[in-house]
Formats: sequence, C-alpha cells, structure tokens
Amino acid sequence: MAKAFVLEPGVRAGPSGGMGAAVIDAASLETRELNDRLRELMLSGARRVQISNVCGQRYIGTRLYTPERLKMEIEVLGTAGNDLAAFLSGHKITVHGNAQDGVGNTMDSGEVIVRGRAGDVLGFSMRGGEIYIRDGCGYRAALHMKEYQGKRPVLVVGGGCQDFLGEYMAGGVVIVLDLEGEIHDASFIGTGMHGGVIYLRGTVEGSQVGDQVDISPAEEADMEVLEVYVSRFLERFPEVETTKEEILASPFTRLTPRSKRPYGGLYAY
Amino acid sequence: MRSFVFPEFSIIRDEERCGSCRGCERQCAFGVHTYDPVTDRLTSDEQKCAGCQRCAIFCPEKAIVVRPSPSFYRPNASWSREKIEDLKRQAETGGVLLTGCGSDKPFRIYWDHIVLNASQVTNPSIDPLREPMELRTFLGRKPDMLDIRAEDGDVEIRTEISPNLTVETPILFSAMSYGAISYNAFRSLATAACRSGTYFNTGEGGLPREMRDEFGRCAIVQVASGRFGIDAEYLNCAQAVEIKVGQGAKPGIGGHLPGEKVSLAVAETRMIPQGTDAISPAPHHDIYSIEDLSTLITALKEVTNYEKPISVKIAAVHNFAAIASGIVRAGADIIAIDGLRGGTGAAPKAIRDNVGIPTELAISSLDRRLREEGIRNQCSIIAAGGIRCSSDVVKAIALGADAVYIGSAALIAMGCTLCQKCYTGKCNWGICTQDPRLSGRLNVEIASTRLSNLISAWSHEIREMLGGMGINALESLRGNRDHLRGVGLYEWELDVLGIKGAGE
Ligand code: SF4
Ligand code: SF4
Repeated sequence: MAKAFVLEPGVRAGPSGGMGAAVIDAASLETRELNDRLRELMLSGARRVQISNVCGQRYIGTRLYTPERLKMEIEVLGTAGNDLAAFLSGHKITVHGNAQDGVGNTMDSGEVIVRGRAGDVLGFSMRGGEIYIRDGCGYRAALHMKEYQGKRPVLVVGGGCQDFLGEYMAGGVVIVLDLEGEIHDASFIGTGMHGGVIYLRGTVEGSQVGDQVDISPAEEADMEVLEVYVSRFLERFPEVETTKEEILASPFTRLTPRSKRPYGGLYAY
Repeated sequence: MRSFVFPEFSIIRDEERCGSCRGCERQCAFGVHTYDPVTDRLTSDEQKCAGCQRCAIFCPEKAIVVRPSPSFYRPNASWSREKIEDLKRQAETGGVLLTGCGSDKPFRIYWDHIVLNASQVTNPSIDPLREPMELRTFLGRKPDMLDIRAEDGDVEIRTEISPNLTVETPILFSAMSYGAISYNAFRSLATAACRSGTYFNTGEGGLPREMRDEFGRCAIVQVASGRFGIDAEYLNCAQAVEIKVGQGAKPGIGGHLPGEKVSLAVAETRMIPQGTDAISPAPHHDIYSIEDLSTLITALKEVTNYEKPISVKIAAVHNFAAIASGIVRAGADIIAIDGLRGGTGAAPKAIRDNVGIPTELAISSLDRRLREEGIRNQCSIIAAGGIRCSSDVVKAIALGADAVYIGSAALIAMGCTLCQKCYTGKCNWGICTQDPRLSGRLNVEIASTRLSNLISAWSHEIREMLGGMGINALESLRGNRDHLRGVGLYEWELDVLGIKGAGE
C-alpha cells in the first residue's frame, strides 16, 4: 500500500504542474485512501494526476475544494465509482472507461469527460460546468439541473438516455446525440420541467414527454448552440467515427418548459 | 365568484379612541384597513383579515380589537365551521388548501401530561446560582470505546474521534430558509445563534455569501431535494451539514417556494433564476434506499474532508425508528426527528394535519430502538416539532433527545403570532416575506436580542429544573425516564414513552 502513491520517474509535481502527471495506482486503495492521496497531491502542488487501476472507487474529485480554488486535471483509468465529480469545484476529470451512478451530482463547475458510458442519475442537480459522455447513460439523467446568472451547465450524451431524462429540470442545456442509432425509447422526459432546454437528435412522441413540456424542432439559434457542443464533443472523443456535419444533418427536437411556474395554479389562496 | 365564506375575524374599532392616524392602514399588508377622506374615518374589510394582530398591537390609541368572528353555522359535531369553510374555499378555487405553521389540531400534547421529579431530603437539590451546572452538549458520533494511554503524565487519546458540534445549551434554531423567511429574520437567527453559543440551520435555501465568513461558525447548512444554493464553499463554511429527508409539517412531500417569493437576492442565494418556482421534489432523486443515503452522507463527508458531522432530518412517521436505525448505520452522525406539530412556511393543510406522529412519542421510540440495537452512541438525536418552553426541552431530553430544534418558538420571540398566513408572503411582522417594506419592520438587533433573551431565559430555567432534581449536568438527564411520570395517559402511551404513571 505504501507504494500506491508514486510520482512518475523523473517528474516532480511542482506548483507549475510540471511537464508530466503525478500517478496514483488505485489497485489496492479504498475510496477514502484514494481521495486522501488525491487531496495530498493537490495540496503539494500537483496540477495533473493520473489514477490507474480505478475499480469502482467513489467520489473522485469531490474532496478537492480549497478556498483558494486550486485546480487539477485528473485522468482516471478504469471504472469510476458512484458520485464521480460530486460537488466538483472547477477541476477537469477524464475517465478512460465507464462511470457508475451519480456522475456530476450537484456539480458546481469544471469538466467531466467519460470515454464510455455513465450509470443512473447523471448530472443530478448540476448547476455549472460541462459533462461529456461518449456512449449512453442510465435512468434519471439531468434531473433538476439548474442555472443561474452566468452559470449554465451543459450535458452532452453521445448515446441514448433512459426514462425521466430532465425531470424537474430548471436550467442548463442537455444534448442527446443518440449516435449508437438507438431510438429515443425513454418516457417521462422533462416531467415537471420549468427551465433549461433539451435537444434530442431525431424525434420523440408526445406520449414520451411530460405535460409541462413544449416539443418543437430546433431552430437556427438552437443549431448554433448545437454546433458549439457537438464540436466540443467530437474534439474530446476523436475515436467517434463521424463528423459534425453528419450529426447536424439530422433533425433535432427541442424540448422547453411551458412555464417557469408549473405548479402555480395548484393552490387555493 | 362570490365567496360564501364568513370573515374569520371581526375587527372592532373604538371610534372614540381612533384618531384617524391611518397607522393600521399602513401596518396591514393584507389591505384590510382603508381611510375614507370624506368621513375622515377608517373602514375595515374583515374578509381579508389574517388575524395577525399587527394593527391591534401597533395602534397608538389601542383602538382596535381583532377577535374571532362570532358568526356560526348551525352547530354540528361532524361539520365544524372550519370543515365547512375549507370545503367552500375548495369549491370556489379548485385548489389544494395551503397553510403555514405547525398543526393546530387538538392531538394530545404529551408534554402537558408528563410531570418532572424533584429531590426531597435525600439526594439534595442543587442551587444553580451557587453551583456549576453543565448544559454544554456535544452533538455527533461517539466512539464505542476510548483507547487512552497515559505516559509520563501525558494523556493521549488513540481512538479516532468523529467531529462533534459543541452547543452551550441544548437548544438550536430549526431549519428556516432564506426565501421562506426574510433576510432580516434569517440574519437575526444567525446573530442570536452566534451570540448564544448555539447554531442556526440555514434550511434549504442556501447561505448568502456575505454571511458565510461571519456566521459559518454557528451554521448548520442543509442539503434538501432541491439542492438549492449548494456548492463546496457553502458546505465547508458551516459546522455541520444536514440532509433534509422529511419535515414534520409535511412528511413525504416536497415544497414549492412560489415564484413571487424568489426575489433577486433569494434567487442569488438559491442559485436559481429570479421568479421561477423553487421546487423541492418529494424525494431526493439520488436517494431511493438506505444504501443511496449512505452514498450521499459519504459524499458530504468527502466534500467537507471528514471535518463536519452529517445530520439527517426525517419526519416522525409510523415505523420511522427502524428507518432511523438504517440511517445511523448509513453513517449519519446526528438524526433530527421532526414530529407532527412541526412548523412550516407552507404546507398542504391535509398533510399538515393528518400525517406523522407526535414528537414526544417519537423521541422515546427512537432512543429505545437505538439503545436496543446498541448503536445509540453512534448518533445524537435532535428533537423538533412543538417545543414551546424550557420544560418541554427538559422532558424531551429525559425521553432520550440530546438537544432540541426550535422553529415556531423562535419566530414567536421575533413577533410572530402564528396567524398561519406565512405562505402568502405578506407577513405583517416582517418574518415570512420578501417584501422589503415588510421585512424592514424587523430590526436585526432587536430581534436577535429577543432570541438571545429567550435562549438565556430557557437555559436558566433548565438549570433550575435540573438542580431541583439533584442533577448538575444535562448529560445525567439524557434518557433518564425515571425523572418523568405520566398523568392522564393510557397504558400504551406510558409504554411508548417508557415512563411510569404518576404515583407509581
Ligand atoms: S391582518 Fe393583521 S394587521 Fe391586517 S387587519 Fe387583520 S389583524 Fe390587523
Ligand atoms: S411568520 Fe408571519 S405570517 Fe407566518 S404565522 Fe407568524 S406572523 Fe403569521
């Protein structure tokens, strides 16, 4: 276990971040130990860290808040456990593999890139930063995402999503590209939605979408937004064998809330 | 549509005393009083009156009396006036009935059926004015055993001690969010908590940034299903984090802070756009099981570097004790249990008055359950819902609580009259409102002094009662049901409370 925390030969993690990355071998580490190491590295000045052999350890990136807002770039090799990047404050995390449930839970800022798929409750209550998932994700993605002032969270999913996508959504942008050619078979999309926007490549039936949601085709202004994030998506995943033009050539459906006050008329005053 | 509902209150203005100063007209945000320049007299539209007594208390001539209107329907044990009028209101609007404050229904108040003990002759009573009395309480997980080594006069504790909150008196301010209450009310609670060696709870509406440095040291910050105003700085600036699962006034349902109350400053603190409904879904959508709760508890420990105790607040409902046991095993350091009479800024009346169990019974069954399972030391219990005076606090602790949360009592200290109209946002006392004209009525210095006075008065009374029982530390009273006896209770009630009948 003592060997678990090694710097790459010849590379020191200095305040400048150095040229290379510090390395943590997570093979024999419990969640708490791994996050101890990560925090120690950040406090000792490392700005880039690679964690190898990750196998379900949770909360990677969560314990990295400092009042000085230190920032790190973290590469995760393996499968990131639940609540990856929960409450994340400004760091950038790339997972070379899949991520389990709760990616970006109540995330504040920063970036998460998953070169694989993500589990359930992806981007729950996220209020800032960007998440890119190369493949699909599970149920309850983008629940209660919100935005305020300059902070507008963005979630881009390359594959498909399951039921309850964008439930209670209050802000932010969700883009589902469905590149694996799945059709959107999710239901209860956007139930209780009262802010933000969801773009789905392809079309959905009215019956798949909550009553509080307007369905319309993406317009020119929407296409500009899509262009930006589809480009960013492809930059992050060069292995995806398609082009921006090809993706954007398909029709996109836009889901927006009917009202900022979905339950305004519910009560007897 | 013409309303078929009687005015709830009659307003009687003593025309002899009234000097037409128009004070009541300015005081009432419900627009009850209007000045008629032709007659130089004031008239009142009783239909709009909330019965908050602001006008009566502030009238310089003491010319106004507001009292329940004497109008009645034919007396009927089944169809009370309230039942008839609620029904009419719903027939007129088609809406869910909203209300504020804790339930006003005549469920048995067990505090009033429990009496305390005192020393006579043997084990003499202690005079708190002469002897030290320890009310200081530590809230959080306690180790199963302590590994203490003494070498050359140096004492070393080898056991890893979990973070605990230190409170100088076992009374904390319950969760009341900025948004539900005004900035001045929120700040008054924070000021008084810091001054009195206790804590205020931010509720789920966030903690304004400019308050974090000054008041973080006496704040418990909440994480509720709406996840409003939460970032790592918010979680780290406080002394404890509380996951709100449920609330006594509305177990099982979420909350909607109406868009009108989401002012610019509230929106900034909650980190949502101005004017949108702030919706807290009924469940946390990342918690569908004890295992999920454990994940969130650990996530909060991670983000706060294992430096803060994590509390989980639940409503007292049937079988909650078994769930609470799971919550302790999930890693919670504190369980806050909120009973049937717990207050709220807004709740559907049907829920408030029908769901949950009384706090007194809940404290006792929770304490017993955790003891039976041998895990009582792993968490502290904060009891909430319907605590009205210092003897309620003493009884709660003797039934097994470590400390109590007060909500309504704190609001009353600031001027609230329990008019139950908090959800309208027009609180004439400047407490439950975001209207600057109204909230400006609450002076932070005065309101926080009233709160600190309350805490010190209750603390002194608690010392008196402890001394009377021959106890000099609150610790010795905790779960000490021998000091309690029931009066006028059924066998099953005595059993649940774990106390004997008076004289036994
Ligand atoms: S609502 Fe309050 S201030 Fe207005 S008339 Fe009634 S008692 Fe007076
Ligand atoms: S806070 Fe205000 S509105 Fe609510 S019960 Fe008290 S006086 Fe009435």
